[in-house]
Amino acid sequence: MKMSKRTALLGGVTLTLGLGLGAAMAQETVKVVGVIEMSGAGATAGTNYKNGAQMAVDEINAKGGILGKKIDFVVYDTQTNPGNTRAAVQRGVDEGAFAIFGPVFSGPISASMQIAQKAGVPQIVGGEAAGLTKQGVTTIFRTSLNQADAMPKLAEYFKNDVKANSVAVVWVNNDFGKGGRDAIIPELQKRGIKIAADIATESAQADFAADAIKVKSSNADAVFVYLNEEESARFLRAIKQQGYDKPIVGETTLLGAKVIELAGDAAEGAKGHVGLSVDAPNPLFAEFGKKFQAKFNYKSDHNGIKGYSGMYMLKHVAEKTGKLDKEAWLKYAHGAIIRTKDEPGILIDSKFDANGDVDRESFLAEVKKGQQVITGTLPPVNKF
Amino acid sequence: MDQFVQLILAGLATGAIYALAAIGFTLVWQTSQTINFAQGEFVMLPAILVLAAVKFLHAPLPVAVLMAVGGFLLLFGFGFKQYIVNPMARHGILPLAIATMALSILMKESAKDGFSAEAQQFPSLVPEGAIQLFGATLSLRDIAIFVVAVVAIVGLQLFVTRTKTGRMMQATAQNPTVARILGISTEKMILLTFLINAGLAILASFLISPVYLAKFSNGEVIGTAAFIAAIVGGFNQVRGALAGGFIVGLVDNLAAAYVSSAYRAAVPLVLLVLVILFKPEGLLGSKEERTV
Repeated sequence: MKMSKRTALLGGVTLTLGLGLGAAMAQETVKVVGVIEMSGAGATAGTNYKNGAQMAVDEINAKGGILGKKIDFVVYDTQTNPGNTRAAVQRGVDEGAFAIFGPVFSGPISASMQIAQKAGVPQIVGGEAAGLTKQGVTTIFRTSLNQADAMPKLAEYFKNDVKANSVAVVWVNNDFGKGGRDAIIPELQKRGIKIAADIATESAQADFAADAIKVKSSNADAVFVYLNEEESARFLRAIKQQGYDKPIVGETTLLGAKVIELAGDAAEGAKGHVGLSVDAPNPLFAEFGKKFQAKFNYKSDHNGIKGYSGMYMLKHVAEKTGKLDKEAWLKYAHGAIIRTKDEPGILIDSKFDANGDVDRESFLAEVKKGQQVITGTLPPVNKF
Repeated sequence: MDQFVQLILAGLATGAIYALAAIGFTLVWQTSQTINFAQGEFVMLPAILVLAAVKFLHAPLPVAVLMAVGGFLLLFGFGFKQYIVNPMARHGILPLAIATMALSILMKESAKDGFSAEAQQFPSLVPEGAIQLFGATLSLRDIAIFVVAVVAIVGLQLFVTRTKTGRMMQATAQNPTVARILGISTEKMILLTFLINAGLAILASFLISPVYLAKFSNGEVIGTAAFIAAIVGGFNQVRGALAGGFIVGLVDNLAAAYVSSAYRAAVPLVLLVLVILFKPEGLLGSKEERTV
């Protein structure tokens, strides 16, 4: 193929301009790569997390971005697959991301966090499994409470509020569920509560009839449900079909807006502990909830709040360091206390410790008339 | 004992859904001698179509149901036969089977991208709640699912064996050449078979979606279970698919309760292997000979 001089010259100029423009664009933006479960078993959690983060990005960019640079938020769907998650995190690192945002499920986080750690890229995740922040990974930051902090609060609730002497524990057999199961059982036993049944279920399980029947047959005073969103809804529907009338208690997920929507009447009366909620007695949560509803036409669950506040955490820390430097960001974030008076987008006063765990107030809630109703506020584990 | 009775009923209800889907495998096998690998997606899609009609066209639920039923019968009853089975069957069984695999992926991804990747609530067409019977708590929904599915299957069996049209369908399935010589419009009979398959898939979809929630990936679970059910019962007999569905449903539920949820999917597969080893035509199937 012959190419005229004129064509070659034109091509060269176009290429140079293109590369120059790309480089200029890259310098004017802060790249944040979302590695999120947009499909697969984690689609509900991931979609909320992404939408919350996107809302924060739009707000931050409308006000001039981070340190004058707009956020370039790109999302890769992990399909809730650990292998895809690793590939997406690596892609984000290779693309020069300032931070990796996600994933939400603990298993994929566990499988991918070493990649971000090796590259020194901050990773803001939605996972709750206790083990995530015990592996010496210095780049990971949670947007939700660690199970190890949440479960003692819940065990107290079983003892003092539910007044249960025996509990059936239903959990999903993944990092999230196993971590929760391993954290709650000793806490319950420490308080003299007997484990009447210990029932493992599978991620993305569709049929919960057998598990519901086993719970009912255990004759426990209450059941603790620790499943992901869609599975929680299926379980609630299944146990309702068995005429179960004892307390159904969960931790955050069970009382989430999406679970209530999917389970319908079957969610009525479910109660427990929630880390974050748009129904919490906090004007900033309420305002976030209204904005989210207006933008996406549905009610945000805790994952939406996690995505939103996580993005504002990223912004706040970067602005505090005064530069877009990952090392400086990580140094400041470990031990950072972010108060709503300084950064309203964080929505609730939060402290990030040296492991990347977050501490803050949390809530007790119950589903009444199809709505999550907050019945109490619990203090942070360590006062700050 | 109460627990066992409850598990049996739940297993029969699940099995009835598997049976509806498994009969689809049988019908397609009888008319085109191939396996429809999109059968699970056939059960997933009707519920999604109903919800899509409500969401995008703002149709009231009954209208949405009618639209979904009409659209599905047209696309995956008539359309499936006319535009996938007919052209591909000329090239042999394997290309047709591969075409159904492609269709399966297409249906799943279209439902995900065109509607939603998240699970959605689907209204129950049968009563909810529970009743007490001889000390055991029985789910009304399980009873209703079982009854509706069994009535549909028995109705189909009566139609096939007791009516003239049904016997013409059977004749077409057994020997299309002779059926044509006898003056039977085999094309019409095959089309009717595909429409019945689509109808059973719609029924299964409407019964199972309130339990599983409507989601693009539901076809994987249902398709696999129904495929195992069809092989266990006998791929070439409707009664085999029925028995296979109930057996797999029961084994699945009992395994979840008495073995473990982690192994529940493996137990029906063990059953499948045993059937293939010791009775390859299936428990109620008949041996087939082919001219080569």
